[in-house]
Amino acid sequence: MTTATQKTLVAKTGNEAMSEAMRQINPDVVAAYPITPSTEIVQIFSQFAADGLVKTEFVPVESEHSAMSACIGASAAGARAMTATSSQGFALMWEMLYVAAGLRLPIVMSVVNRALSAPLNIHGDHSDTMGARDAGWIQIYSENSQEAYDNLIQAVRIAEDDRVKLPAMVMTDGFIISHCMEAIELLPDAEARKFIGEYRPERYLLDVKNPYTLGAVDLQDYYFEHRRQLAAAMERAALVITEVAADFKNNFGREYGFFESYKMSDAEIAIVAIGSACGTAKTVVDDLRTRGIKAGLLKIRVYRPFPWKEIVSAIKHLKAVAILDRADSANAFGPPLFSDITSALYLSGVRVPAVSYVYGLGGRDITPEHIEDVYEEISAVSKSGAAPAKLFNYVNLRE
Amino acid sequence: MTKPDNGQEIKPGWKTLPEGDVLEAGTAAEFKTGSWRLEKPVWDEEKCIQCMFCWINCPDAAIILKDGKVSGVNYDHCKGCGICAKECPPKASALKMEK
Ligand code: SF4
Ligand code: SF4
Repeated sequence: MTTATQKTLVAKTGNEAMSEAMRQINPDVVAAYPITPSTEIVQIFSQFAADGLVKTEFVPVESEHSAMSACIGASAAGARAMTATSSQGFALMWEMLYVAAGLRLPIVMSVVNRALSAPLNIHGDHSDTMGARDAGWIQIYSENSQEAYDNLIQAVRIAEDDRVKLPAMVMTDGFIISHCMEAIELLPDAEARKFIGEYRPERYLLDVKNPYTLGAVDLQDYYFEHRRQLAAAMERAALVITEVAADFKNNFGREYGFFESYKMSDAEIAIVAIGSACGTAKTVVDDLRTRGIKAGLLKIRVYRPFPWKEIVSAIKHLKAVAILDRADSANAFGPPLFSDITSALYLSGVRVPAVSYVYGLGGRDITPEHIEDVYEEISAVSKSGAAPAKLFNYVNLRE
Repeated sequence: MTKPDNGQEIKPGWKTLPEGDVLEAGTAAEFKTGSWRLEKPVWDEEKCIQCMFCWINCPDAAIILKDGKVSGVNYDHCKGCGICAKECPPKASALKMEK
């Protein structure tokens, strides 16, 4: 149930939803460079800026490296800074991603997930942001446009919280969500802005009465301590994420956590996945349930900080689990989500047979039939009690 | 950073260190960086016409100003780049680089 009034149900693509959120966030500075499939977010937003609907200084830079650099400069100066990108653009920001995190600048970025070259591909998979999973950025993934909008609004508050002061990225799946129109509920501007609040940094470089040095050389004697602080901030972010989600639910009714548990409480087998494929998986779970198969789904929303204890509690009662990654690590072991969850299980002394499935690279479809096959395979694993015959699998891949 | 009696510096741990690589302003003044200079500018008070070109162009703020007048070079921070000598008007030629 919702408590707010005058909320509007509108048809929006994922990109449009994110640009609407940016309009309500009203950042001081947006610096960006266009790249498919995230281009529209900033294109639409630049129109908002040109029309005077936001007070934003819009900086059309010459590359994504410059986009992130400009955001870093703006954020250090005391501004609320935002950007958006995908794939190669994200890769070009790489060096600066670490600077943003290390200087503890709460920049918020929309990333429309897209495969990395080569071979060239403009479609959705999680290879780009999965590579930056240890860059010190908070990572929040969205299943659909509504979540993209809600996540972006919450991300600003999480990042800017005094206990956190970390940059945050909010993801949607390229084309599948970014270009697909759905009915979503937008918050009234005044309520959204009240929820987000003003950005009031403790210290900022344009505060000329209180000068300080930012980003000095750190070397052997301080760098290690600063990196430990970054890890501690990421630990604290977990609490802030739950607080912000609780406040969001109080105000607007929609519930968010580290993940969404779909029919998990009595499930015997389950899929763990991230992003738009979870929408498809839910319909498969519903279908399997009508046939008496106790299937569930765990949809990861917050990947960094990694809620490892909570994930273990959510899946420890299962007889088998399939972990689906829309990215491959090419490391002769397992992809990111699978590696993280299986080590969390091991450290918790929990033995649930886990099977890895890589799917959807370069935008390859994953249909209800493919997902049903996965459930059937882990159902067999759950019954035999033996270790799965094949640990590492690829969905809808030609042999 | 505090210095106990034995003169050894005690560095803060990660729980007390200011977050985000933040230092107080102006710390460069205490950090002497002139030791690797190859050539040094030598200032001639007699020839100096107080045009301030050297002062405004020195990238290390190593030209010493006293009561609004150039009064020498701070060799603790001068890197010997020669910019001041280059900028000093030829008619004055009050700064010369020496080994
Ligand atoms: S040599 Fe360079 S660093 Fe030294 S005083 Fe002249 S301009 Fe400054
Ligand atoms: S540039 Fe030469 S003449 Fe001018 S103030 Fe400096 S030393 Fe004197």
